[in-house]
Amino acid sequence: MSGSFTGVFAAAAAETFEPSSWLFDNIWLVPAMPAASFVLILLFGKRFKDHVHWLGIATVGAGLVFSLATAGAWISQYESEQTHHSEEAVDGEIIRVVDAEEDGHAEEGDHEEGIAPRGCNLEENTQDLFASSEYALGAGGLSTVEYAASEEGGEGEGKAEHVKPDPVVNCLNWFEVGSFGSGTEAQGARSLAFSIGTIVDGQSLMLLVVVGIVSFLVHVYSSEYVKGDRRYVHYYAFLSLFTASILFMGLATSTLQLIVGWELVGVCSFALIGHWWEEKPNSDAALKAFLTNRVGDIGLLVGMIVLFFGAGQSFDILTINHAAVSGEMSQTSMTVASLCLLTAVMSKSGQFILHTWLPDAMAGPTPVSALIHAATMVVAGIYMVGRLYPVFWEGMNIPGSSFNALAFVGALTTVGGGALAFVQRDIKKILAYSTVSQLGYMVLALGVGAWTAAMFHLFTHAFFKGCLFLGAGSLSHACHHSFDIKSEMGGLRTKMPVTFATFMIASLALAGLFPFAGFWSKDEILVGTGGFPGTDANGTYTVLLIMGLIAAAMTAGYMTRAIWLIFFGEYRGHVQPHESPRVMTIPLVILAALSVLTGFLNFPEDWFGGLGERYGLKFEQWVEPGGGDTFHVIGHGDSNLLLAVVASLLAIGSAVFVWSYYQRLYAKDATATEYTDGLASRSRIARAGHVFLEQKYFLDIIYTDIIVGGIKGPVARMANWINQNVIDAVVNFAGTSSTAVGRFVYRFIDQGTIDGAVNLSGTSASESGQVLRRVQTGRIRQYASLMFGAATLLAAVFILVV
Amino acid sequence: MLLNQYLLLAAALFVIGVFGVLTRRNGVLVLMSVELILNAVNINLVAFGTFHGDIAGQVFALFVIAVAAAEVGVGLAIVLLIYRNRRSIDVAEANLMKG
Repeated sequence: MSGSFTGVFAAAAAETFEPSSWLFDNIWLVPAMPAASFVLILLFGKRFKDHVHWLGIATVGAGLVFSLATAGAWISQYESEQTHHSEEAVDGEIIRVVDAEEDGHAEEGDHEEGIAPRGCNLEENTQDLFASSEYALGAGGLSTVEYAASEEGGEGEGKAEHVKPDPVVNCLNWFEVGSFGSGTEAQGARSLAFSIGTIVDGQSLMLLVVVGIVSFLVHVYSSEYVKGDRRYVHYYAFLSLFTASILFMGLATSTLQLIVGWELVGVCSFALIGHWWEEKPNSDAALKAFLTNRVGDIGLLVGMIVLFFGAGQSFDILTINHAAVSGEMSQTSMTVASLCLLTAVMSKSGQFILHTWLPDAMAGPTPVSALIHAATMVVAGIYMVGRLYPVFWEGMNIPGSSFNALAFVGALTTVGGGALAFVQRDIKKILAYSTVSQLGYMVLALGVGAWTAAMFHLFTHAFFKGCLFLGAGSLSHACHHSFDIKSEMGGLRTKMPVTFATFMIASLALAGLFPFAGFWSKDEILVGTGGFPGTDANGTYTVLLIMGLIAAAMTAGYMTRAIWLIFFGEYRGHVQPHESPRVMTIPLVILAALSVLTGFLNFPEDWFGGLGERYGLKFEQWVEPGGGDTFHVIGHGDSNLLLAVVASLLAIGSAVFVWSYYQRLYAKDATATEYTDGLASRSRIARAGHVFLEQKYFLDIIYTDIIVGGIKGPVARMANWINQNVIDAVVNFAGTSSTAVGRFVYRFIDQGTIDGAVNLSGTSASESGQVLRRVQTGRIRQYASLMFGAATLLAAVFILVV
Repeated sequence: MLLNQYLLLAAALFVIGVFGVLTRRNGVLVLMSVELILNAVNINLVAFGTFHGDIAGQVFALFVIAVAAAEVGVGLAIVLLIYRNRRSIDVAEANLMKG
């Protein structure tokens, strides 16, 4: 191992050491550091006691710095290639260059032979364990892509082309399985190698940065929030392990590695939801989360297996994507795989109808909810779809269509989750349903072909939802560890100014109001549906656009309700609320700042005049793989001011409506939280609707009472019947038949044969003795005469015969 | 030298000895008959040794005489013990080995 390492270094030194490629090759350090922290805490945690958080903070911080540096290197590489390329483009009239190999040292290597941008070339790796199969860093094949698909017709001549760097893949051979396939090696059987490695591209770096920032802040925040907990050490160990796992998953080069990371984050989520397992509801919630995820995991496994065979027996993600892009994979296998993987997304990313675990997961400590169940783990499903997007693109027939399963699930979730957030009285549950709704937004975006919009929403959502959850934690810290907005809160804006301000900013971002981050990402999703006239996206998903707009209005509505009940009106609790300490408020401020600023990473090109041309759509340029032979050329809708205005007006209108509703209530009764003579008490239909929402669409009842209850009764009866009539019959038959056999054996074989043989030998010996004793006279002379007679006889025989 | 005279003498002695062993009831006489048999063999050994000009025949004869002496010693001891036990040396009566 060390030999190959030095080999890598020697090679790097020979062709002038490049810090960026060193960063790309050693990105494995980022998940390795929190993993090391987990092991250290596990081994020595008890000794650190109350200082154990420093270990977690230090390692996650180091990982964050490393990821930021790598992201910086990626961006600078991208930007330097743009200037380089644009100079060339100005020279000639090249509009669509497929391979920018004009560089002098571009070698005619594997890129031209067509093996190129695929993941790990496993055959090679068996020779060299630490093979660095990076294509084209600086030199070699850069694939150039037309920027927007819609521009193919020739109007795009003026538009800048974007040279997208290829992903950097580093692999280790994890293990190999003997010969695969039939026959000998010469007949085409090969050993199947499983690789583990890191992939560095815009998407993985984006996840690294998001996880790094949120995890770091949560580590800091938790040192106050969880202080004095009886399992403080255990808490930090799992927080570190979780961070390592999600980073490991984000850097996955093979579907197998992805599954391992996926399950690891699931386990960490289980452990942290059940952190206070002494109370039954908490351990129930942990179990529910775990079991619900198992349902989706079946889909994940089946989908990955289908992809394995569909891509010609490969676990490698880039190979799978290449097979999907080039059409080597059959349409059927892509459709089946994408539907199976959709199940996995439904469970992990809390989509209808498997979302029910997510609100219950709020039983865990609040920072955990912020990190795992709002910002990072739940986006694993989104990330996975983004990783294998070519499969979904083809399998779901996303381009040029107006409806597909992925988008529909997303849209249903975003509306359904938003509606449920209205009737909750637990602040964390409101935020949980909001998360469900926003995740639905991301899935919707992926479903309509707006890949970048989905990733961008993932990016911005992590910050503002993290901020909201940590804000909720701060509130509960102040209000006697209660999350009930109706009985324990109200009028807190003066008592907790920092929490109020940050919560406000994050809510505005969540509601999607200009100029906060959510505005930009949500606007992009709505544009990406292509349903609005003039937005020229991949398809025309009009119905989904409408559902997206409804969800946008709902988001503003339920957040207004929550904010009014928490921060306005009269204080209804019983303790003296106080602002949280700095350790908790500073992460809030940082996240709030990010909720404002990150939106500008991807504002449309035609906004703000010249600024848009220059600084717009940076996120898209940096993160989207865009073309190449492992990603489709996907279209991006044209931003539309009217659509942005409509969405904003809907949000504002809904917020104003909710606000006036509660303001009128306040005027009636200062401490009331609901109307006594409201619509629900007057109209039967409204009351039924309210109950329907309060019962969470009866999904839990369907699951536990109808499905589980309906199955377990008959199943138990059937099992009993089988037990009595089949299993017991088998056992009884075995018993009776063995006694019969025993009896038979005793009577005939033991008594007859064996004892007979023994007795026979005895009696025959005694009988022969009886006969022979006559010879034994005891008279010596008789013996002697016999002897002499016999001797004479023998002598005679000798003489006569011989 | 004629060998057959010695051989005939030895055969006569042997047959007399065998007859004695088979017919006598007196234990001592049985032993004496055995001696006759052995001496018949001795005559054969010496006769063949001389006939072939080989000293080995006489050596074997000497061995047989020595062994015969020992045998008589043991045999007489047995006869003596039988007499002590039964007050008789009739070998026909000593049939303890009867099956």
